[in-house]
Amino acid sequence: MTIIRDIGRYLLMLKGMFSRPENGKMYWKEFMHQCSEIGIGSLGIVTIISVFIGAVSTLQTAYQLLTPLIPKSTIAQIVRDTVILEFAPTLTCIVLAGVVGSKIASELGNMRVSEQIDALEIMGINTKSYLIMPKIVAGLLMIPLLVIIAMVLGIWGGRLAGNAAGILSTDMFDKGLHEAFIPYNVTFALAKSYTFAFIICSIPAFYGYYVQGGALEIGRASTKAVVVSCIMLLFADYLLSALLL
Amino acid sequence: MIEVKNIRKSFGDKTVIQDVSAVMKAGQCNLIIGSSGSGKTVLMKCMVGLFSPDSGSILYDGQDFTNMNAAEMANIRKEIGMLFQGSALFDSLTVEQNVMFPLDMFTRDHYAQKLRRVNEVLARVNLVDANKKFPSELSGGMKKRVALARAIVLNPKYLFCDEPNSGLDPQTSLVIDGLIQEITVEYNITTVINTHDMNSLMEIGNYILYMYKGNKEWEGSNKEIIFSDNKRLNDFIFPSKFLRDAKQMRMMQETGRHPGNPAGKD
Repeated sequence: MTIIRDIGRYLLMLKGMFSRPENGKMYWKEFMHQCSEIGIGSLGIVTIISVFIGAVSTLQTAYQLLTPLIPKSTIAQIVRDTVILEFAPTLTCIVLAGVVGSKIASELGNMRVSEQIDALEIMGINTKSYLIMPKIVAGLLMIPLLVIIAMVLGIWGGRLAGNAAGILSTDMFDKGLHEAFIPYNVTFALAKSYTFAFIICSIPAFYGYYVQGGALEIGRASTKAVVVSCIMLLFADYLLSALLL
Repeated sequence: MIEVKNIRKSFGDKTVIQDVSAVMKAGQCNLIIGSSGSGKTVLMKCMVGLFSPDSGSILYDGQDFTNMNAAEMANIRKEIGMLFQGSALFDSLTVEQNVMFPLDMFTRDHYAQKLRRVNEVLARVNLVDANKKFPSELSGGMKKRVALARAIVLNPKYLFCDEPNSGLDPQTSLVIDGLIQEITVEYNITTVINTHDMNSLMEIGNYILYMYKGNKEWEGSNKEIIFSDNKRLNDFIFPSKFLRDAKQMRMMQETGRHPGNPAGKD
């Protein structure tokens, strides 16, 4: 029953976001602030994760392809497709669910508990629209960009590690990157990143917005938001793979 | 003027407010008092629309607030200022930005005009040289003043104050009470104050509504409260011997007679 009630409240929250902004300029300012928080704020961790994931992928793929019958450029192909199809969108977004999701849930939770949301409501501001909408729209813009950056850095990390470990030269890696490339894979990865972006921003916003109690409940809401977001990400990952591939 | 008509509010099986009616007049400090759990905060939240009452109506100058759609409600809310118990200042904004926020959202004034208005209201609440400070750098009393400045920056017709003196020392409480009263009279605002503070009650209570277990137990002014023989009210307001003695003294001052000697004979 709680799940059904929560889904209903979540959908009502999303519906409540759509109203005419009281002042477009203020909404734009909030949107830009969220773009900076979500995009620039997460760039460091995305960079580190992507480079290392790409590097590890190259080393492990080379370890598993011991036979001399398979050309070494195949390692680059496997790394490229793994990074584009799975590592860049899914792994990056799971990390972002922790980084961005917990931030959104705790920010809104703190605003709720300290009556800042009530203060905005009493001013006549639609708080769902002013506080949640910019976060979701900023997420939909910035998270796919972060995923694209993760793709590039992941492949670059793999190229760097392959060369450093003496597995394959950079020329060989580049040759492999150009072989059997399917552009649809990038489209699929972007479709996933848009879906994940919505999950990462809207679910924590729901848990933060409706938090009741004090500091302890904010912490609980934040943890629950991250856990539920991760589960929904994995479920959506499976669903999209089954439907689109 | 705000009219509260036959308000009822329940949460699940628990009825928190039972058929409460009251009239809050303009240019006066209207106080809602009562012990914890008596329903005064719920009543205030019903009045500002944070809770929907189960039945009854709230009229703002004759307009039924409870039956309004979201847009109409938003219009009324633009005329409402509220001072929250915990001040509810936006943590990430400076004092100046906090007070300017309603102006940014609802006016098209230039920055210079908005800044002038912000400085005006900050000066009105006796807070100078704090424009660039963040809420975390302020004392409790300063936070309340900033919140009060933010509440009045758009010249509201109605001002709600939820426990304006909670967490403040007696001297700062007096300053905040004085400010609220002055602003109420100066701008002819309908002010509703939810309080436990007995000093506020005696000093600024033009109209007092005493709530007991969700019901209206007593209403009157700070002058009348002295002469009330309502036992629950007296037990709540004058719980100690010291306060009962103070009441006797006040009665003597008001009537010029000792209460035990109504005819004034020696």
